Amino acid sequence: MTATPLTSNQGAARAGDKIFSGAALAAGCLILAVLFGVALFLVVQAIPALTAPAAEIQGGEGFFAYIWPIVIGTLIAAAIALVIATPISIGVALFISHFAPRRLAAGLGYVVDLLAAIPSVIYGAWGAAFLAKEISPAYNWLAANMAWLPIFQGPASATGKTILTAGIVLSVMVLPIITSLSREIFLQTPKLHEEAALALGATRWEMIKMSVLPFARPGIISAVMLGLGRALGETMAVALVLSSGALTASLIQSGNQTIAAEIALNFPEASGLKVSTLIAAGLVLFVITLAVNMIARWIITRHKEFSGAN
Amino acid sequence: MSKRIDVKDLNVYYGDFLAVEDVTINIEAKSVTAFIGPSGCGKSTFLRTLNRMHEVLPGARVEGEVLLDGDNLYGPGVDPVTVRSQIGMVFQRPNPFPTMSIRDNVLAGVKLNNKKISKGEADVLVERSLKGANLWNEVKDRLEKPGSGLSGGQQQRLCIARAIAVEPQVILMDEPCSALDPISTLAIEDLINELKDQYTVVIVTHNMQQAARVSDRTAFFNIAGTGKPGKLIEVGDTHTIFSNPSQKATEDYVSGRFG
Repeated sequence: MTATPLTSNQGAARAGDKIFSGAALAAGCLILAVLFGVALFLVVQAIPALTAPAAEIQGGEGFFAYIWPIVIGTLIAAAIALVIATPISIGVALFISHFAPRRLAAGLGYVVDLLAAIPSVIYGAWGAAFLAKEISPAYNWLAANMAWLPIFQGPASATGKTILTAGIVLSVMVLPIITSLSREIFLQTPKLHEEAALALGATRWEMIKMSVLPFARPGIISAVMLGLGRALGETMAVALVLSSGALTASLIQSGNQTIAAEIALNFPEASGLKVSTLIAAGLVLFVITLAVNMIARWIITRHKEFSGAN
Repeated sequence: MSKRIDVKDLNVYYGDFLAVEDVTINIEAKSVTAFIGPSGCGKSTFLRTLNRMHEVLPGARVEGEVLLDGDNLYGPGVDPVTVRSQIGMVFQRPNPFPTMSIRDNVLAGVKLNNKKISKGEADVLVERSLKGANLWNEVKDRLEKPGSGLSGGQQQRLCIARAIAVEPQVILMDEPCSALDPISTLAIEDLINELKDQYTVVIVTHNMQQAARVSDRTAFFNIAGTGKPGKLIEVGDTHTIFSNPSQKATEDYVSGRFG
């Protein structure tokens, strides 16, 4: 037997490594290039709108006056969606992962995943044709009894096509994302930590509070942020459901608009500076989404020491 | 603050599979009882039935009685949550709650069931429990740091502190040293020796020297073959089991002539 010299380069074996690392590097660079390309496109195309004289922008008071009501509208719609969807999603995910009998859990998980497969235009049609009509009595009640809260100021929209309806439709759309991601995280909770809680005399709910939720916290935040990304960017459902208009504080009157729906509704007939204005609106949406993701990252890393990863 | 356990004719099943057959054993209060035996003989499974932790696994059930000072743990209306708050457990791998500080880890069991505790009482309890687990001097300056930052042996002692903070009647230990280095193991063994002044301790171990060092009484479990149920072969004073066992199987196992 001859010893293999240490210096021999076994070319065949190393080639695979090189190809793989090259491919991985290329894929990584491609992502950055695409992101950079999109950002560059948005900025370049948006410049005319940002530099144009105020009177030429839609509304006649400059880009800022045009954009901020729809930024607020976008944030309101997304916030409503998350406020409704997050607790329900976490509850459903916990039920599937820790409470339901195994067979029921599998079926339920499948149904939730199915919700994610429904195209957004169908949610929009459902919201506009069914939910808006059915929910308007509730809005009348809110206007009659809760009007001391500015967000429930009457008179309620007769059609029910309000930002609140849009937010509810959005919440149904983000629910499957948050649920299925949270469920995956809950299932990954180490048995060791669950048993630690149970052995101390914890009830099942206490066990979930002590071991499952702390373990899943960063995962839940990521899931909610993904849901937020969808809620911020969702176009079709909002465009169909919302009877848009000027920014109003009341959630049960028609009015308000979101960036994505504004772009979708106006883009086909736009030309010249109007196109630029809409693309600038898209840039703002892009920046908001980016900021949301960075804040989420920051929240997750802030608690790294206690994350269980060490 | 310690109670004895008497087990009568206990069978443990996983679904239809009989995992442990017909165990009858008396575990004395304020003593250390060790369970030894080959892998898969059901000693860990049996240990878990002593605080109903086996119920965590789907399909696991028992027949027979486990009496804690005469009260049947499997009697009608007995809540496993109450059982576990009286019979604490320490696991094979140290499992402090990673998101909690050292202090909160010790208090984790005390704060259960909505019990309120003042900060002063909590401070006293944390110090007493950590001293009881021989960990106080090592961590007293970093109680607010995460428990997961400690070494493996320290983490295991933290888990023991967490278990004794709720003042249980019995402490079960499932191979508590198998993931630790020899020095940490020694620290835990010393601790077990001190714990038996106050608590009833039951320990499962793969290490026969450990059983000989720490226990007053030893129970030997064995299994006839794969798919057969585990059985309690014999139980007696540790000295007798290791020097003059009454069963041939026990002698073969403790003298290393097993199998």
